[in-house]
Amino acid sequence: MNRPAALWLAVGWGGFALLPWYGVEDGLWSFAWLFDYPAGADAAPALLQVLLFGRWWLAPMVLPLAAPLVVLWRRRSDPLFSTVLLTAGSFGTVCFLVQGFAIGLGGWEYATLEAFFGPLADRQFGMGYGALLVSASFLFLFAQGIAARGAINGDGFVVGSIALVMALVAAFIFFPVVRILASAFQDNDYNFVPYLFVEKLFSRDIWGVGCLTANVNCGVAWNSLFMAIVVGVSTTVLGLAFALLATRTGFRAKRLLRLLSVLPIITPPFVIGLAIILLFGASGTVTQAIEAITGTTPGRYIYGLPGIWLAQTLAFTPIAFLVLIGVVEGVSPSMEEASQTLRASNWRTFTTVSLPLMRPGLANAFLVGFIESLADFGNPLVLGGNFDVLSTSIFFAIVGAQNDQGRAAVLAIILLAFTLTAFWAQHRWLGHKSYATVTGKGDAGLHVALPRRVTWLVYGSALPWAGLTAVIYFMIMFGGFVELWGRDHSLTLRHYIDAFSITTGAGGLVWSGAAWNSFWTTIYISLVSAPLTAAVGLLTAWLLIRQKFAGQEAFEFGTMLSFAIPGTVIGVGYILAFNVPPIELTGTGIILVICFIFRNMPVGVRAGIAAMTQIDKSLDEASLTLGASSFATVRKVVLPLLRPAVIAALVFSFVRAMTAISAVIFLVSANYDMATSYIIGRVENGDYGLSIAYSSVLIVVMVVVILLIQLVVGQRRIGRRDEAVNVAFGAGGAVG
Amino acid sequence: MSIKGQAAAVRFDGVSKHYGPVVAVNRISFEVQAGDLVTLLGPSGCGKTTTLRLIAGLEMPTSGSVFIGGDDVSRLPASARDVSMVFQSYALFPHMTVFENVSYGLSVSGVAKAETRDRAEEGLKLVGLSGYGERLPSELSGGQQQRVAVARALVLEPTVLLFDEPLSNLDAKLRRRVREEIRELQQSLGLTTVYVTHDQEEALAVSDRIIVMRNAEIAQEGVPNELYEAPRDTFVADFIGDANVIDAELVQRDGDYATVRVGGHVDLRLPHRDLPAGPVRIAVRPEAIGLEASEEEAGLTGTVTQSTYVGNHVEYTLDTGLGEMFVADYQYDALIPAGSRVQIAFRDRGVTLLENQT
Repeated sequence: MNRPAALWLAVGWGGFALLPWYGVEDGLWSFAWLFDYPAGADAAPALLQVLLFGRWWLAPMVLPLAAPLVVLWRRRSDPLFSTVLLTAGSFGTVCFLVQGFAIGLGGWEYATLEAFFGPLADRQFGMGYGALLVSASFLFLFAQGIAARGAINGDGFVVGSIALVMALVAAFIFFPVVRILASAFQDNDYNFVPYLFVEKLFSRDIWGVGCLTANVNCGVAWNSLFMAIVVGVSTTVLGLAFALLATRTGFRAKRLLRLLSVLPIITPPFVIGLAIILLFGASGTVTQAIEAITGTTPGRYIYGLPGIWLAQTLAFTPIAFLVLIGVVEGVSPSMEEASQTLRASNWRTFTTVSLPLMRPGLANAFLVGFIESLADFGNPLVLGGNFDVLSTSIFFAIVGAQNDQGRAAVLAIILLAFTLTAFWAQHRWLGHKSYATVTGKGDAGLHVALPRRVTWLVYGSALPWAGLTAVIYFMIMFGGFVELWGRDHSLTLRHYIDAFSITTGAGGLVWSGAAWNSFWTTIYISLVSAPLTAAVGLLTAWLLIRQKFAGQEAFEFGTMLSFAIPGTVIGVGYILAFNVPPIELTGTGIILVICFIFRNMPVGVRAGIAAMTQIDKSLDEASLTLGASSFATVRKVVLPLLRPAVIAALVFSFVRAMTAISAVIFLVSANYDMATSYIIGRVENGDYGLSIAYSSVLIVVMVVVILLIQLVVGQRRIGRRDEAVNVAFGAGGAVG
Repeated sequence: MSIKGQAAAVRFDGVSKHYGPVVAVNRISFEVQAGDLVTLLGPSGCGKTTTLRLIAGLEMPTSGSVFIGGDDVSRLPASARDVSMVFQSYALFPHMTVFENVSYGLSVSGVAKAETRDRAEEGLKLVGLSGYGERLPSELSGGQQQRVAVARALVLEPTVLLFDEPLSNLDAKLRRRVREEIRELQQSLGLTTVYVTHDQEEALAVSDRIIVMRNAEIAQEGVPNELYEAPRDTFVADFIGDANVIDAELVQRDGDYATVRVGGHVDLRLPHRDLPAGPVRIAVRPEAIGLEASEEEAGLTGTVTQSTYVGNHVEYTLDTGLGEMFVADYQYDALIPAGSRVQIAFRDRGVTLLENQT
């Protein structure tokens, strides 16, 4: 008997004949559905849905579940085996998808189907665990069929993994994006209205250029684009200044600069915006100082373009610094020395050799800042004022009074077009060309000293900015201890007590603080999604680095794509895609977990790729030839050696889940509120004290968890007992 | 408990492997008898390692079939084949001890713990590393690491054992010893072994049979002395040892032999190898040429252009009417200085007709 095929077939039958086909309320583990099981219309498995409730469209799936039974005892190399599995898997998947999409909450989903088959009295809800198992069964039976044909060295695990990742990316990245595209052509009642799309796409509040001539707002698209370019330039310039400061000057506190680069990772971006309000807002420290000195009231000058620019530049400069420090260090000293021996001055060397060599890195840093600025949601929401950008406009089109899904979709498409173009440009210009001047040969030269005027420029821009950053983080850490910033500066623990108080009530401890609910949800969701994200990401990296298969480039692009999709776009896509059958997930915690997995997957992929390229492929192959399956190889050889990458992936996905806001704000519900969206809500109510207190707690928690993860996952074991080696060889232990 | 060989034959039937437009192995067929050590020999990029990986199951053939022990395993993954491999880099798992490395294959195959332990210890004993089990690979010398790799492959009692350039990471002195150890182990256990190398001396020393590969195809196959003494073409003659390839003429055949005339003067009697009368080429080993300093212009003559003393023999480069020749003289009395005229004679052994004239 072929065991993998038998296993997946059993899973399929379990899903079809045992578990409830449709989603059960309160989740599978509540077991409330057992009261209704198996003969109730809601909890019945598919088999009984067909027999008892006349849901005939589920019936065709019996065929692909039955057919593989016939060949289960045949040899794997038998052509009939693979043919039956392939046919059953693909036919089953088609049946599954067709019934899911054709019949929804209101019977037939498409008028043409209704016209053809006649109206359907019945309807169906979102799929549940039974459906999940059956679809997984079809997918993996198909993969077993392909493997039996000898694809990818006949390895069922690898083919199955590829199929799984592809299916997940299709379901949770492509499907939502496609739904956005589709709903751009629909009105709110799902009617196909193409002229509406044209009307919305060319609407004046998107593309208007009135601000150039008159005192009105420009279109949001121009606003976003302009902001992104300005932020891209300023983060690149400042990032370069910091990178030069860290590598080419005698600056003493270089370690502090490294710390600076860690900060944005653990800071929710809008927290910077919050601190800026405390400094420059209507009752901010700086504003009051100006008032005191000049006697005029500056008012709300920070809201709008200046505020967003300041917040984003503060938030994203460290990212540019991270990109550029590698670039600056990568410029080979020998090139600069060569230039000098050719009698070029420091200034000429810098402008004609060093800078041009850094040019690709500068372009990369610009594009990263550009994309981050476009995708940023929290800062424009907090600081935008009347200055609308795409990401916030999308949000207000959905949640605001307009509730115009079509407009949200159109805005999302425009935003997606911008970021994808930038992503594509980055990939196209920088992805394949290697400008790295690190050759692998020993390059013992010394970097040429910076020209004096550049040095002054670097100090002059980087140091004040570092000072401002320090002030901002001071505000974040200590703003929560002040009664009412700008008005009453007496020290208090009130905000922390409001948020995190624990009282003893009748039933023991009561988590009575206002923030506990969202805090625990955030921790819970982040802890659940981090290992899953790391698993999917590292698996994908393993497939990309260690396996060769047709369509690998498309596979890579698909998995990295979610990096380029702004969170707001994903948020809108998820709402549009998963609010109605066949997959109903809105309002659950699952949708948050899924969102985090696929938003943060590229982080795991990159960590995995970086680590795996350093591990010799022959280790995998040795394990295979020793009879280990590729699954055992991954578990026993690859994963233990990848420990640093596992840590990195875990930490990043945890932290990113904790700090995410843009997609999350669309997906939170009363039961599952996240810390970031809770804080944003408080900010909008002007409750800055609690918001900043909560933010500082989040940052501290993240630092603690990062340290814990490192402690638990631990160090690699390879370098153990260096002394023992010396002893062994010193004692003349038999060598050779 | 002792480790036995379970030798099985390996057969390739018209196997090709393509990577996109690149042909790594082109329709090759050969057979390895059970219990034999067969070497795949050739320059880098000739397809020998790909062939080895096709046996291991690390590559799947694009077309053709691979048989092990009579079963078609072409579509079986590496983990399902009863084949073990010793990698060029040894591929010892750096995070496991020597003992864990050696017992890895047994434990993933679900062998009972006690048996795994016994067999792993037996394997370490076989390669002379008992007592090293608790060390990490990084704590061993290169030669010891290599033995661990061999032990790790052997404890699975594979039907076929594969070696991918096992000596290339060892220093020259160690190479000879390890190669003898491998051969001894292989013969005492009666293992079917396929061995990849680009070093012709190594191949000649360890093999029962040698398969010489060139450009993804088999150039020639045979026992070591056959390949050395009767290379089929210029490539093989040149790759295994040195050879002077000389134009000649096949005058007539009688029985198994033919009379071959060289330079219009000298007649040699060589196995005819089914060649017709007419122009032919012969390969002459450098040590098959005898020289005598003489001004006499009879038979084949030439001028010494370079003479080099290299210890156990003397090397000469000659300028002759038949082109440049390279001579290695192991029985010299006195060095013939450059510029001398010499008479050239061919010895009986080390001269052969080349079957393939291209």
